[in-house]
Amino acid sequence: MKMKNKTRLASFICYCLLAVCVVLTLFPYLWTFLAATHTNSQVFNFEYSFKLGSNLIQNYYDLLEALPIWNNLFSSLFVAAVYTVLILLIDSMAGYGFSQYQFKGRDTLFIVILAAMMIPVQVLMVPLYIQFSKMNMVDSWWGIILSGLPGAFGVFLMRQAMLSFPRDLVESARIDGAGEARNFFTIVLPNMKPALTSLGILSFVNQWGNYYVPLVLLNTTEKYTVPVAISLLAQPNFDINYGALMLGACMAVLPIMVFFLIFQKNFIDGMMAGAIKG
Amino acid sequence: MSYRLKMKIAPWCFIAPFFIVFLIFAVYPVIYSVILSFGTYKGGQVSLSGLRNYSFLLSDKSFFQAILNTFKIGLIQVPVMIFLAIFLACLMNSRLIKGKGFFRMAIFIPVLIDAVSYSVIFSLLFNDKGFINSMIARMGLIPQSWYTNAGLATMMIVIAQTWKWTGYNMIIILSGLQNIPGELYEAAAIDGAGRIQQFFRITIPLLRNMILMVLVTSVNGAVQMFTEPNIITHGGPTGSTTTVMFYLYNMGFKNFNFGIACAGSYVVVAIVVLLTIVQLQAGKEKD
Repeated sequence: MKMKNKTRLASFICYCLLAVCVVLTLFPYLWTFLAATHTNSQVFNFEYSFKLGSNLIQNYYDLLEALPIWNNLFSSLFVAAVYTVLILLIDSMAGYGFSQYQFKGRDTLFIVILAAMMIPVQVLMVPLYIQFSKMNMVDSWWGIILSGLPGAFGVFLMRQAMLSFPRDLVESARIDGAGEARNFFTIVLPNMKPALTSLGILSFVNQWGNYYVPLVLLNTTEKYTVPVAISLLAQPNFDINYGALMLGACMAVLPIMVFFLIFQKNFIDGMMAGAIKG
Repeated sequence: MSYRLKMKIAPWCFIAPFFIVFLIFAVYPVIYSVILSFGTYKGGQVSLSGLRNYSFLLSDKSFFQAILNTFKIGLIQVPVMIFLAIFLACLMNSRLIKGKGFFRMAIFIPVLIDAVSYSVIFSLLFNDKGFINSMIARMGLIPQSWYTNAGLATMMIVIAQTWKWTGYNMIIILSGLQNIPGELYEAAAIDGAGRIQQFFRITIPLLRNMILMVLVTSVNGAVQMFTEPNIITHGGPTGSTTTVMFYLYNMGFKNFNFGIACAGSYVVVAIVVLLTIVQLQAGKEKD
C-alpha cells in the first residue's frame, strides 16, 4: 500500500513537471495568435494577454499596407517547394550511385562531400554573392535554391537507406533487360518512401525558415521570403503596430503547422533521422 | 554498350547532378573565398594583399568581443539546454507517464517556428512593457530593462534559444533512451543498484553517442548564431550580444569589406573544426 502511494506521488510530480514544460512551450504560440487580434496598446496590456481582441481585420489591412505578404508567402512556398523537389531528386540519385555501384575513388569522394558539411553556408555567402551577381542571379529565387543544393546530408541519408536495399533485385531486373534509369525509378525509388518523406519534410522546413541566404541575396520587397519580410518590419526604425507584426508571424507559422498536422508522425521521425548526421 | 562499360558509366551519371552542383556552389566558392581572404574585392576583381585581412581581424577589438560574446552565450546556453533535454527525455521515457504522444508533440512544437518569427515574438515578450515584465511586476518584483543591460540581453538570447531547441534535442535523446533494453535496469535492480546509480552507470554511458551528437550540433549552432542577435537585440547593448556571425554579416554586407568577411569566416570554420575535434576526442570511449 505504501509503495503504491509513493508511485502515485512520483507520477503526479512527473505530470506536473511536464505540464509546466507544455505551458512554457505552447504559451508563446497562444500569445502570438491572441496578439494578432489586439491593437497596439493591447499587445502590451497584461489584461489582454489571455483575451481575444477585435482588431484582427485592421491588423490585416495594416500588414498589407506595410508588406505584400501574399507575395512573400508565395516566394517562401515556391523556394521551399522547388528546393525540396530538387533535393529529393539529386540526392536520391547520388545516394543510389554511391550505394549500388563499385567504382574507383567512390569512398574518398563520399568522404570529401561529407567533410564539406563542416562548412556552414553562411561562410560561403560572400563568394556566392559575388558569383550570383556575376551570373546575374542576385535578387532571384534561384540563387537561394541553388546555394542550398550542395548539402551532403540528403546524400548521406539516401545512401544509408539504399545500402540495405537487396542488390539481387536490381541485378535480376538487369538480367531481364531493364536499363539503369528504369531500375532506379521503378524498383528502388518506390521502396524509399520513408527516407524520402523524412528528407522532404526536413528540407521543406529548413528552407521555409531560411533567413541568412535570402536576406543577403534578395533586395526586392515583393520577392522577399516571409522571414526576410517579417524581419524588415521588426527593424527599430520601422513604424508598425505590433498586432499586425504578430499577424505576420502567425502567417509564417501557420503553413508549417498545417504541414506538421498532416505529416505528424513522419515529421518527428524525420527530425530524428535528420539528427543522425555523419 | 558492353555490360562492363555500362556499369562504369552508370554510377557517374547518377552522381553527376549532385556533383556538378557541389562543384559550382560549394567547391568553387570555397576556393574563391580562400583567395579573397588574402585580398580585397574591387570592381569585380580580387587584388591580393597578403595577410592584411587576418592581421586586421586579430587586432580588431570588436572581433574579439564578438568571439567572446559567442562563447559566453554558448557556454551558458548549451549545457543548460542539454541538461534540460536529458531530464525531459528521462521523464518522457518513464513508465509513470501516459499520453506520451501528446507531451512529445507539445514539447517538440517550438522547433517548427522559423527563427525570425520566434525572435520577433520573444522581442515583444521581453519588451519593457511586455508580458514578461508585467508578470514580474505582478509577482511583486521589479521589472527589468532587458535591452539596456548587457547581462540581461545575453540571458534573453539564452532563454529564447533554449525555448526553441530543447524539444529537438529531447527527441534525439529520447530515441537513444528507447534503445536501451529494459533488462539492463532489471538486472541492475536485482544487484541492488538504486535509481540514481542506474542513471549514472547505465543510462548516461549508453547515451554517450547521442549526447555527443547533440553536443556537437548544439555547439556548432551556437557558433553560427545570427538571427537572434540580429532581430532581438540588434547586437546591443553596446555590442554585448554581437556574435561572430552578426559581426561578419555587418562586415560583409553592410560595410562591403568582402576580404575581411572571408578571412573572418575561416576563423569561424577553424573554431568549428577545432571544437568538433575536441568534443569527439573527449567523448571517445576510454578503452
